[in-house]
Parts: sequence; structure tokens; C-alpha cells
Amino acid sequence: MNTGSARPMRHSAAIWGGTVLLAVALIALPFALTAVGTAWVRITNLAILFVLLSLGLNIVVGFAGLLDLGYIAFYAVGAYAYALLASPHFGVHLPFWIAVPIGAAIAAVFGILLGAPTLKLRGDYLAIVTLGFGEIVRIILNNLSQPINITNGPQGITLIDPIRLGGIDFAKTEAFLGLAFSGPVKYYYLLLAVMLAVIFIGVRLQNSRIGRAWEAIREDEIAARSMGINTARIKLLAFAMGATFGGIAGGMFSAIQGFISPESFVLVESIMVLSMVVLGGMGNVWGVVLGAVLLSFVPELLRYTVEPVQRTLFGRMLIEPEVIRMLLFGLALVLIMIFRPAGIWPSAVRKRELAHP
Amino acid sequence: MDIFLQQLINGLTLGSIYAMVALGYTMVYGIIQLINFAHGEVVMIGAMIALSVIAALAKSGLHPVLVVAIGTACAVPVCMAVGYVMERVAYRPLRGAPRLAPLITAIGISIVLQHLALMIWSRNNLAFPQIIRTETYPIGGATITNVQIAIVLIALAMMAGLALIVYRTRLGTAMRATAQNLQVAGLMGIDINRIIAATFVIGAALAAVAGVMVGTYYGIAHYTMGSLLGLKAFSAAVLGGIGNLPGAALGGVLLGVVEALGAGYIGDITNLCHFAGVSEALERRCSEDPHLVLFGSNYQDVFAFLVLIAVLVLRPSGLLGERVGDRA
Repeated sequence: MNTGSARPMRHSAAIWGGTVLLAVALIALPFALTAVGTAWVRITNLAILFVLLSLGLNIVVGFAGLLDLGYIAFYAVGAYAYALLASPHFGVHLPFWIAVPIGAAIAAVFGILLGAPTLKLRGDYLAIVTLGFGEIVRIILNNLSQPINITNGPQGITLIDPIRLGGIDFAKTEAFLGLAFSGPVKYYYLLLAVMLAVIFIGVRLQNSRIGRAWEAIREDEIAARSMGINTARIKLLAFAMGATFGGIAGGMFSAIQGFISPESFVLVESIMVLSMVVLGGMGNVWGVVLGAVLLSFVPELLRYTVEPVQRTLFGRMLIEPEVIRMLLFGLALVLIMIFRPAGIWPSAVRKRELAHP
Repeated sequence: MDIFLQQLINGLTLGSIYAMVALGYTMVYGIIQLINFAHGEVVMIGAMIALSVIAALAKSGLHPVLVVAIGTACAVPVCMAVGYVMERVAYRPLRGAPRLAPLITAIGISIVLQHLALMIWSRNNLAFPQIIRTETYPIGGATITNVQIAIVLIALAMMAGLALIVYRTRLGTAMRATAQNLQVAGLMGIDINRIIAATFVIGAALAAVAGVMVGTYYGIAHYTMGSLLGLKAFSAAVLGGIGNLPGAALGGVLLGVVEALGAGYIGDITNLCHFAGVSEALERRCSEDPHLVLFGSNYQDVFAFLVLIAVLVLRPSGLLGERVGDRA
């Protein structure tokens, strides 16, 4: 028992050391990436957006166990809300701090709209209904250019305002402390801050009263109800909260890209986010972050390696990198489910379940 | 021209195709309570194989009907093999796993099949060879083509054949026993694995024929054509009561008709100019152009999903089903 107090100390020293190292690495990352190519900063920004989306979906799928295959719809709602509130399309130019929360709120309403009628459904039925919901949202966005032009149809919305916070304009390159901060680099820091906040919320939720209620519903809804959990309210909360995260990510996506169209919100994107959650480890915030980072970067690395390799081996391109990426993706889903169903970095609870089935 | 009758005929044709695909979903669900998400891709592969064979034989001088028959005859065994491999690789190892697991492998298989097809048949919209000359017959103010008649008749014949297998053969008896209770059927000496594989294979054969029909009817094939078709067919299976064979057939035909009638009338129903009297501005707008349509026929694909959501929420057991949605 005497060593008991010493061990956590050493443990926490290692954790603190690791955290400081990680923090330095994350702060220095965009400059290292700029040296390789600005494209990689943009890729990293997209990866962080996917981390945000995965963390949002993790609340619904990982914590509450409600399989949502239309999650990208909330991303779309957030993105379109920002685009309509901050672009020349309607001539409205609301600032970031107003437009993104409005988008998030609308996404949350959509989450409840989806959740309320489907409270009774579970498992695969729920998956299909959410999938249908996602498709309906996309079809409507695609067609809502008539009779009144709201979404501009398949052409999408262009010239969306970049983010301006205080005196910082995220579209321009500025020099600070002798370093050039380009637009993507500034967005990186903003996204990093949002991501850390969302991770913090996720970790706190995981062990909170609400998080435990979600877990209880996931494991056995009837038992959870008889323990006094208001299952309807807690499930709706999961939908609304997941949708809010999706809406925030969508708003930021809209601002960073400056252009959105319904094509960014197809079913494959929903499946992609789901794969990130599943691959990383459903229900574990850190596993989900890992899954999102892996699935965002590996395809990009493939894109830069597959092409030259094929050209040197066969003299021409036989298989497009995009196709290889999707093939690997599909195979990964199958193999993970068969050999490591709890994901690469599973939550402690899932691991325990698998150890004692 | 009688729009109602015409859309009814189109809907029946479309519905027969949905019904054949829906049967594949419902058979698998009935036996192992699994949504075979990749079933739509089997339809796509059937269409693609038939397309290649028909295109290769188009100039051979054989009778067009014979060419299509050969195309179908090639597509069916390939799809049966795909169905078998799918069950073997992605579903059998996960029998007894949590329900989420096979659903996710199904999505994975679906992605793999789509992109294999993309590699083989390119990402373009392919023209499905229209070698059977279309004859149009007038029928009570509307028209019906020989292709439509053939689709409906072949679908009916296939469903009759399926009914014979399921209700009149040893294999069918074993399938029904397995659907009732997997363990007990196994104890009675039924080789469960063989029966489940057979279910997938029969469903895949129906899907292959449906694929050829879709290709011939629309004259187009694309590597993603399976997903939306699969979803609609699944909606049809749920509408009829999932796990119930006559239900799937009924649901398919109903969904086809609802979709066709919906697409035919929604533009008219949501034309705001019917309510032109409400405001002066609207009246002025409508006197220039009497079409102020809120939702046009481009919303056709929404109907299947609305039907699906409505059925699952209001009557999860479907029209003919006795299973309860809650157990899903």
C-alpha cells in the first residue's frame, strides 16, 4: 500500500509529459505541414472536421447505441444554415458567432425531428429510417431551388463568407512574430481549439450521469427504464446533442470551403463517419479520434503513393486511388467487425463485455 | 391520354421489379433476422453482367429475345455465386454477434462490390443495349409496351416458381422450419448452414433477373444503381411485413404504384395556383404562368422513404406481417 501513492504520481508525470509533447507537436504541426505543401494543411483541417463529426456520431451510436446512417444530414443542415446566413445568396451576412450557433440549433431541431418518431425503433430498423431521413434531406436540398430559390439546387451556394473573429480575417495571410499565418493555418488553430473543446465535452459526457444513462439504454433499454431512466428524453438528448455537433462542424465546413453543394452530403459520407466511429472503437472518445484521423489521412497518403507506384510498375494508372481507397474501406469494415468488433481502441466497458461474453 | 391508367401501368411494371428484389430481402430477414444491405448490389451486378453479354452478342444475328435470355442465363449464376460468397464471408462468421455487426459488414460488402463494378465497368452511365424492339399497344386511353408486359409476366412466373420451392419442396420445408426456429430445426437434422446459404442464393437469382429487367426497362446501367433500388425494395419488404413472402410481393407492387402515381400527380397537387384566390400577388403571378409547383416529379425518390418511415412508425409489422418492430 505504500507504493500505492507513488505509482499514480509517476503515472501522472508520464501523462503530463506526453500531453506537453503532444501539445507542442499540435502547435508546430501546420508549419511542418506547410513545408511539405499547403495542401496538407487543408487535409488536416478536413481531418479535424471529421473528428468533430465522428465525436458527434459517437454520442448517438457509441454512447446510446442508436445506429444512425443519416448523420451527414445534420452536417448538411449546419452547413446550409451558415451558407444562407453568411453569403450573397440572400444578401445576409451574419457573423460567425451568430450564424454557427443558429445552424447548430437548427440541426438540433432536426435531430429531435428524427428522434421523436423513431423512439420505438431499434437496431437495423432505426438504421434504415435514419438512412431514409438523410436521403430525404439531400433530395430536398437538391430540389429546393423551385419555385422559390432557397438552396440553389445542385449548383450549391458559392462565395460563402470566411470566418472573421475580432480583427482576424481567416481568409488572409498575416504575419505574426515573424511567422506567416496563412488562411488554412489560422483555420487549423481555430479547428484545433473547437476539437479540444468537443473532446473535453465528450470525455466528460462519457463518465457523467447522462453518459451512464446512455450506456444503460444501449445495453438494455427495458432494464434502464425500470431503473428510473426516462428513456425517451435521454434518447432524444443523444440525437439532439449528436446533431448539434454535426451542425457546428457543418457551419465551419461551409466557412472554410466557401462553397457547398448537395454533393458533399451523400450517403457515402455518412458511412464514412460511421466507419471512423466503428473502426476507432464505438463509445470511446479517444478511439473515435484515432479512427477519424486514420481514415482521413490513410486515403490521402494512398492518393500520393498509389499513383507513382502504379506508374513505375505498370507504366500507367490501372486502378484509381479513389477506388483503392473505397475497396480498402469496405474490406476494413468487414474485417474489423469479424476480428475486432469493438474497434482498434475500444472503450473499457466494451472490452470487458468481450472478455466475459 | 389517361394519366391515371398510364401511371398505374408504369407503377405495376416498376412494382414487379421491386417485388422480386424485395423477396430477396424478406427471405433472408425471415430466416436469420438480418437486413442484407448488399442485396441491391447483387441486382447491379446482374444488370452489368447481362449488359456485357448482350452487348457482345448483339451483332451475332441471334434472335434478340434469345440474346437477352442468354444474358440473363449468364447473370443468374454469377449473382448466385456472389450471394453465396457474401453469406460465407461476411455473415456466417457473425451469426450470433450483436445485431449491429452484420449490418456494418453488409455496408462494407456493398462498398466493395460497388467499387469492383466500378473497376470493371467504369464510372460512366452505360447504355443498356435495347435490342428488343419496343412495340406499343393502346389500352383504354393509355399505352403499354411489350417490354412492360414481359416484365410483369416474368415476375409473376418467378414468384410462382419461388412459391413452389418454398411451399412444395423439401428445401422449402427446411427453409420454413429454419425460419421458425433455427436451433430446433438444427436438432431435427436440418443442415442450417446449407439452408441459409440456399436462401441467399435463391434471393440472388431473383435479384439477377430483376437487374436485367431494370436495365432493359430504363436502358441505362451504373455502378451505383443498386443502392437506391435496394433501399426501395427494402421499403417494399417492410411495407408488406418483413419476413413474409406474399407481403414482399404485395409491398413491391404497392410501392411501385404509389411512386408512379405520386410522381404523376404531385406536381399538380402542390401547384400553388390552385389556391390563387388566397392573395392578389399569387393571383397576378399565376395569371402569367399557371405553374407554381412546390414539389415537382423530381421528388419521386422521396416517396419510397416516406412510405418506409410511415410504415415503420405507424405499423412496424407491415401490411401482412406479424413480427413486431420492437424486436428488431
